[in-house]
Amino acid sequence: MRPLTEEETRVMFEKIAKYIGENLQLLVDRPDGTYCFRLHNDRVYYVSEKIMKLAANISGDKLVSLGTCFGKFTKTHKFRLHVTALDYLAPYAKYKVWIKPGAEQSFLYGNHVLKSGLGRITENTSQYQGVVVYSMADIPLGFGVAAKSTQDCRKVDPMAIVVFHQADVGEYVRHEETLT
Amino acid sequence: MGRKLDPTKKEKRGPGRKARKQKGAETELARFLPAVSDENSKRLSSRARKRAAKRRLGSAEAPKTNKSPEAKPLPGKLPKGIFAGAVQTVGKKGPQSLFNAAQGKKRPAPSSDEEEEEEDSEEDDVVNHGDLWGSEDDADMVDDYGADSNSEDEEEGEELLPIERAAQKQKVREAAAGVQWSEEETEDEEEVTPESGPSKEEEADGGLQINVDEEPFVLPPAGEMEQDAQTPDLQRVHKRIQDIVGILRDFGAQREEGRSRSEYLNRLKKDLATYYSYGDFLLGKLMDLFPLSELVEFLEANEVPRPITLRTNTLKTRRRDVAQALINRGVNLDPLGKWSKTGLVVYDSSVPIGATPEYLAGHYMLQGASSMLPVMALAPQEHERILDMCCAPGGKTSYMAQLMKNTGVILANDANAERLKSVVGNLHRLGVTNTVISHYDGRQFPKVVGGFDRVLLDAPCSGTGVISKDPAVKTNKDEKDILRCAHLQKELLLSAIDSVNATSKTGGYLVYCTCSIMVEENEWVVDYALKKRNVRLVPTGLDFGQEGFTRFRERRFHPSLHNARRFYPHTHNMDGFFIAKFKKFSNSVPQSQTGNSETATPTNVDLPQVIPKSENSSQPAKKAKGAAKTKQQLQKQQRPKKASFQKPNGTSKGADSELSTIPSVRKTQASSRFQDSSQPAGKAEGIRESKVTGKLKQRSPKLQSSKKVAFLKQNAPPKGTDTETPAVLSPSKTQATLKPKDHHHPLGRAKGVEKQQLPEQPFKKAAFQNQNDTPKGPQPPTVSPISSSHPPPAKRKKSQSRGNGQLLLS
Repeated sequence: MRPLTEEETRVMFEKIAKYIGENLQLLVDRPDGTYCFRLHNDRVYYVSEKIMKLAANISGDKLVSLGTCFGKFTKTHKFRLHVTALDYLAPYAKYKVWIKPGAEQSFLYGNHVLKSGLGRITENTSQYQGVVVYSMADIPLGFGVAAKSTQDCRKVDPMAIVVFHQADVGEYVRHEETLT
Repeated sequence: MGRKLDPTKKEKRGPGRKARKQKGAETELARFLPAVSDENSKRLSSRARKRAAKRRLGSAEAPKTNKSPEAKPLPGKLPKGIFAGAVQTVGKKGPQSLFNAAQGKKRPAPSSDEEEEEEDSEEDDVVNHGDLWGSEDDADMVDDYGADSNSEDEEEGEELLPIERAAQKQKVREAAAGVQWSEEETEDEEEVTPESGPSKEEEADGGLQINVDEEPFVLPPAGEMEQDAQTPDLQRVHKRIQDIVGILRDFGAQREEGRSRSEYLNRLKKDLATYYSYGDFLLGKLMDLFPLSELVEFLEANEVPRPITLRTNTLKTRRRDVAQALINRGVNLDPLGKWSKTGLVVYDSSVPIGATPEYLAGHYMLQGASSMLPVMALAPQEHERILDMCCAPGGKTSYMAQLMKNTGVILANDANAERLKSVVGNLHRLGVTNTVISHYDGRQFPKVVGGFDRVLLDAPCSGTGVISKDPAVKTNKDEKDILRCAHLQKELLLSAIDSVNATSKTGGYLVYCTCSIMVEENEWVVDYALKKRNVRLVPTGLDFGQEGFTRFRERRFHPSLHNARRFYPHTHNMDGFFIAKFKKFSNSVPQSQTGNSETATPTNVDLPQVIPKSENSSQPAKKAKGAAKTKQQLQKQQRPKKASFQKPNGTSKGADSELSTIPSVRKTQASSRFQDSSQPAGKAEGIRESKVTGKLKQRSPKLQSSKKVAFLKQNAPPKGTDTETPAVLSPSKTQATLKPKDHHHPLGRAKGVEKQQLPEQPFKKAAFQNQNDTPKGPQPPTVSPISSSHPPPAKRKKSQSRGNGQLLLS
């Protein structure tokens, strides 16, 4: 377990900022304690200082996880956000997409969102903007990238993809092994 | 598959090849038996009728095998004979009993003296009936059964098929055996027959077929046990189980003479094992554990799965919102019970409960009802450090985290890497952020990191409480498995206890739980821990559930075991579970009897060191470490005491009568005063030791050490408070060099101090003297370095009276 280097921090923050923008600061400066990011086995964990101190006592090969895993760095040092970060992205998301109940299942299986399943979308969403996907009951289901801007979404035909899938909560069941 | 589905007995029907295969002599014969039941059946073909007529004519000659000429009254005698045979050898001969039962005639009440006759007539009748069968065969079957014409020619008047001849021979043999059997147990026969008489007559009135079941249950002789093993007829076995349970319930009245209770029990055990598919070992253990009526209920409950329950994740939602959302999806559910604020029980569901969007969003977790109980018992508070030693798959860990509202730290550990993945998944899904997940063997624990406020140990076990989830447990567990589990559990429990920080402000608790109902894995392990460490059992806070056993067969456990709780599938409708909650009252580790060096220094000066020693002579060394002011002063008094001190080792019974009750009293008091002043600790210890040693003496030697330790610990706090008051005594005074005798006679020490410093404690000294007279074996704890001032007489008196007051003052 070690702190992130500058480069890694930059890459990661860029990625996260795609979804929550400047709210990222809220993740770092929290009123209820100091939280930090730590790297362990190529995965980035978001954890409070207190917990990190306890985890420091555990040897590296025995430590499995601490706090919340945000994502991992790939072999080529790109940062990939995992669905486990959803709890921190959802409250601070700037651009949101709501999908209809019928399309929930499809998204939870890892498919992209089609225009026919689109319920609502935040105004002035630009193309390729990171978005967080919700159900109509405001339950966060995952996140993705907008394939079309809001205006384009209105114009496009029902079978066109409007949101590229990146992560969804169905992965807790489908990809349990890859979470760690 | 269900136990009633026995593929070997499934009848093949249809036009296929297998349907045409012969099934065996018994079943083939059965096709003919009904035809034989009616003498005047019109199924006889013309040839058969001719032969029957011939037989009737020729029966006077009597086949050679007949022993008596009694063959005339065929119909009348036949049933008698047959049923005599049936009564005598019930259950012994499967085919025979079928044959007999199929006769459907009134059964007379045979008496033992008629046996011979009836056997003979029975044979005779069989022979004659064989003729009927033979004719039947001629008519209906062409192959296999041989040329009946040949047999006709060979035996005049007898037309026996080869199989009938074999059956006849078997009958002869069994009649002979039956004679023996009935000779041995003629009483049985006589007792049985009068009872069976009336019932048979009733049957005869109805003219119905007599069931074998109608007769009062006769325990089959030992020889039949093996035979049944080969042909288990589940209906019969089940009926027999019910019969035997009924008999055993009212054994005096319903038993057969000459058959012991153990024979019935053995038969029952075998039948239960057959019916419910259990291994012998496990069934034996269950029979030890449950009374018979409960046993059957327990076994039945294990065949059926428990209802699905789930726990709302209060970090993300509320129970009523979850319930509403699930009801909207088509799930039929209810709150779990008034003991749970977050539980829901699912009756049925049209959607998969483990895959709804609410589940994936982490609003609830599927968790057994009994798995919620240990966490409720542990009651983790906010901002605590908790250790969960065997956390997979993470249900209890997440419950703890939600009770703590994501504050504090939880260290979730498990030894199995595969299952850890599910822990990671579940904790992330449920939004738990205060957890560190590690992959250690639980036994490494206090070494890696210790000092937790609370520890939860859900130990790996044999799984005998969750047989409904895993039926393989019925057969693959035996003695070795249970003992191995118990050994591992003991090690884990000791490690867990060592990982708890006894001086935690809000904690110091440990919950040990297993999903097993075996005493070896539950009460025995807990009892072991009580002896080996400075812990005691406290109430779990669960107001339902059966209390743990304080004794079981030949074992005796600590009386506080009644605080533990047991849950059973058949009484509480949740998985079998055992929960015990410990409170650790001292961080020091008691040495074993043979050790004679001081143990680790206490982490908190308030804690007296408890170092039980086997010899009194080693006491001085220990004492040297601790407080000495009292010791110095007491030295003078100790000398005269020494003699008396050493005398009663192993012999005193006096002041110890309250031994068993005192522990609990002392313990509670101790806990209440535990955190009290540091000053009195040392002195208090000394005094305490003497008291404790005295008290402990009466208990068994093995327990004494642990209890002494316990007592010593307990007494410390009360004494501690006492020492606050005397201003005269100050620690500094008493920190002179320790003398050996000081340790030896803590009581004396106390007295000495009193004499010198506080004249008001003579009675206490007396009391302590008594105690000192009886110490034995385990050493009293050393006084802590922060020596305590002399306890004031008033308070010491109180503490005495709390426990053994009058006895000590004798």
